[in-house]
Amino acid sequence: MGRKKLMLGNEAIAQGLLENSCAIATSYPGTPASEILASLVRIKEKHSLPVHSQWAVNEKVAFEIAYAGCMAGLRTAVSMKQVGLNVASDPLMSAAYMGAKGGFIVISADDPGPHSSQTEQDSRLMAMMAKIPVLDPDSPAQAKDMISIAYELSETFEIPVMLRPTTRVCHSRQDVQANKFGSFERKADFKKDPARWAATPKFRFKLHTELEKKLEKIAAHKKTAPVKLNKKAVSGKAVIVSGVAAAHTREIMKALGLWDKTPLFQVIQPYPLHTNFISSICTDYDEVLVIEESMPVIEMQIADRTRARGKLNGFVSRVGEILPEAIEQMLCDFAGLKADKITVQSQPGRRPTLCAGCPHRASFFAIKKAAPKGIYTSDIGCYTLGLNLGAVDTVLCMGAAISQAGGFYHAFKNESKRPDIVATIGDSTFFHAGIPALIDTVVQNVHFTLVILDNRTTAMTGNQPTPASGFGASGETLEIVDIEALVKGCGVKFCKTGDPCKIKEFLPIVKEAVQYARDKGPAVVIARHPCLIGGKSKEKRTKKIFVEITDACEACEYCISHFECPAIVFDIDKKRADIDPLLCSGCGVCVHVCPKKAIVIK
Amino acid sequence: MGNSISQQIVISGVGGQGVLFITRLLAEAAIMKGCQVFTSETHGMAQRGGTVLSHIKVGDFSSPLIRPFQADGLIALKPENILQHGSFLKKGAWIYVNSGKKPDTGFDARAIDADALSLKMGNPKSVNLVLLGFALKGEKVRQGENKSLFCTFEDVKSALAGQLKGKKEMLDASVRALETGYKASEKM
Repeated sequence: MGRKKLMLGNEAIAQGLLENSCAIATSYPGTPASEILASLVRIKEKHSLPVHSQWAVNEKVAFEIAYAGCMAGLRTAVSMKQVGLNVASDPLMSAAYMGAKGGFIVISADDPGPHSSQTEQDSRLMAMMAKIPVLDPDSPAQAKDMISIAYELSETFEIPVMLRPTTRVCHSRQDVQANKFGSFERKADFKKDPARWAATPKFRFKLHTELEKKLEKIAAHKKTAPVKLNKKAVSGKAVIVSGVAAAHTREIMKALGLWDKTPLFQVIQPYPLHTNFISSICTDYDEVLVIEESMPVIEMQIADRTRARGKLNGFVSRVGEILPEAIEQMLCDFAGLKADKITVQSQPGRRPTLCAGCPHRASFFAIKKAAPKGIYTSDIGCYTLGLNLGAVDTVLCMGAAISQAGGFYHAFKNESKRPDIVATIGDSTFFHAGIPALIDTVVQNVHFTLVILDNRTTAMTGNQPTPASGFGASGETLEIVDIEALVKGCGVKFCKTGDPCKIKEFLPIVKEAVQYARDKGPAVVIARHPCLIGGKSKEKRTKKIFVEITDACEACEYCISHFECPAIVFDIDKKRADIDPLLCSGCGVCVHVCPKKAIVIK
Repeated sequence: MGNSISQQIVISGVGGQGVLFITRLLAEAAIMKGCQVFTSETHGMAQRGGTVLSHIKVGDFSSPLIRPFQADGLIALKPENILQHGSFLKKGAWIYVNSGKKPDTGFDARAIDADALSLKMGNPKSVNLVLLGFALKGEKVRQGENKSLFCTFEDVKSALAGQLKGKKEMLDASVRALETGYKASEKM
C-alpha cells in the first residue's frame, strides 16, 4: 500500500490506468479531460513504465488506435471530452458490436454547466445508444477504483466500457491512495476472426444479438450493482444518485439529519441499470427521487413512472450543473423538511479574454482591417475569444470554420454584393478536422480567406503538441507535418505565411489574401507566432518592446474596444488609456493600433 | 491529529494570478497534517483572464463544492472577488483581500496591497503568495476555531518546498514572497 497523495481527478484516473496495466493510452486534448493523458505520461516517465501514450490528431483516430490495441489483447484506454466522443462516435458504435479482447475503456468527460464546452450532453446516453456499459464516478478516488472494475467488466464480457467523469470529478483534488503499478508482461496477440473484426451486415446481426445477451448479464453483474449507502435507513421514500451528485447528496443528507431516515442508493453503472434494482425500487418504495447529471439516464430506465421524481417531471432541473444548494432544496422538499429558500446575490465575474500579447489578437485586428464588413467564421480554441473583438461571428464545432465559410459562400454567391468571408482556425483544430473541409472548398472553388492561427501548440487545453510541433506527449522527438505543404497539397493556390505580431508586414498579406479570395478562390494565410504561455516551442521570443501612452491620447477608447488587451486599461482619474506594467507582455502591437498614435515605444 | 479540523475556504481571482497554485499548496498542507481534503478548480477557457474560483474543504467532507453561506473564509486576489464570491461566506467569516484599502464588507476583512508589494520585490507574478503569506498571519491575531487558516506559515513553507523540489531559485523567490506577505502590515 502506498501513501495518500493529493490527486486531481484526471491524475487519479491516470494512476488507475497504470495500476491496471493499461498498455496503450491515447487522447485528444479537451477540457475537462486533458490532464488524463498528460498525468499518465508524467507517471509512466517517472517510473519507466512500458506504455505507449500519445496525443492523436483527433478523437476518432485516438479511439481507433486504442481499440486496435485491445483487439490485440492488450489493456488500452482512450480519453476525451464529451464533444470529442461525437467525433469518435463512428468507431464507438461499431466497436460495441465487435467487442473487446483486452480490456478497453473509453473515458468521456462531461461538462455540465457548461464550464468549458459547447454542450451539456451526457456521454452516458452515448453509451446507451452504442449499447455499452458506463460507470459514473463521484470523486477522484472512486474514478480510480472504477478503472479496475471497468477493465474486469470489459474482459469478462468482451465489451468496451465507458467511464464518464464530469468536470467536478476531473477537476477536483482529493487525497487518494496510490497503489502498485500493474504488470506490463502481457504480449500483443491478434487472433484473426474476420466474421468478428471485419463483419459484414449478416455477421453484424449475429454480433448485435450477442451484444444484447452480454448486456443482460451485465445488468446482473454484482460488482457494478447499485449500493445502498446508509444501511440502517428505512422509509417508503428513497433517493437514487450517481456521479458527483452522490458526493453532494451524502454530505447534505448528513447535514440535514436525513442519513438515518431516507434510504440512499448510489448507482455505479447507470447503463445498463441492474434489472433487480429496477424491480425492487418499484416494489419497495412508494416514491423515489433521482438526482443525476446531466440527462435522465437512470430515471428513464425506472419502469414505473408514477413513482419517480426527477428531470422528466421537472422536479430536477434539466439544464445546467446540479449544484449542492439545489440538491439541498430538493432533499428538503422530498423529505417534507422546511428549507430556507437560498437566494444568492452576487456580481457576475469577468469574462475571459485573450492574454496580453496573444498573437491571435494581432491576427484578428488585421482581419478586421482587411475585411471590415466580412463574415467571420471561427472555430474551437482560445481564438474563440476573438468574439470579444467582433472578429468571430460563428463557432459551431471542431473544423466548422472552413465548411461554414463554404456554406456562406454558396448562400451569397448569387447576390449582387457578396460579403468577404474570413475563417479563422487554430493549428491543432486545423489538423483535427479542418483538412477535409479545406479540400471541399478547393473542389467547390469557395471564395474565402482562411487564416490558420498557428501558435505552434494546442493552447486552450494546456499546450499539448500538434503534429507540427515535432515532439510528442513525453517530449520525445517526432516527425513534423508541414502546414504549408498540407495546405498546398489540398490544392490551395494562394498560401502565404506571416508573423501577426509584425503587424505592419502582416496586414498587407491578409489584404492580398482577401483580394485574391474575392477574385479567384480560396486563399490561406498562416499566421505564425508561438503562444506566449507554456508550450515547448523552441522558436525564440522576440525582444520585449516597452510602450507608454502619451498625452496625445484623446480617450476615444478605440484601443480598448477594438483591441481589448488586458494590459491596456482606462485610467478614470487621468481620463485616458494607460498601460498596466504587471500585465504587458511587450509585444508592441498596440503601437500600430492607436488611431492618434498616442501609444509609443518607450 | 488533523481529524478535528473542519474548514471550508473559497479562493478567487483572475486567470493568470495563481489561484490554483495556492489552492494546491493549502491542499498539500492539509495532507501533511493528516487531514482529508477536497478542492474544486476552474480550468479551461476561464483561465484566460476570466474569473477563477477554487473551493477547498479540509476535514470529513464528500462533496468538492462549498454551498452558499458555508465557507469559513475567502482569499480574494482582486477586490471585486468579494462581491462575486462573498455569498459563500457564513456569518463571522474572514476575508483576506489584495486591495489598496480595507473594504467595507460586513465580514472580518483584512487587506494588503499585494500588487504593490510584489512589484516592489521585482516579482510581479507572486501576488498570490504574498496574499497567502498575509492570510497565514491570521493564526496569531485570531483566536478560536476556524477564525484563522487551518495551517501555519511553516506548513505552507514545507508544501512549497514539496511543490518546487529541484527548482531552488523559484523556491527561494516564492518563500520570500510568502514572508513578505506574512510580515506586511494591514491596510486600513
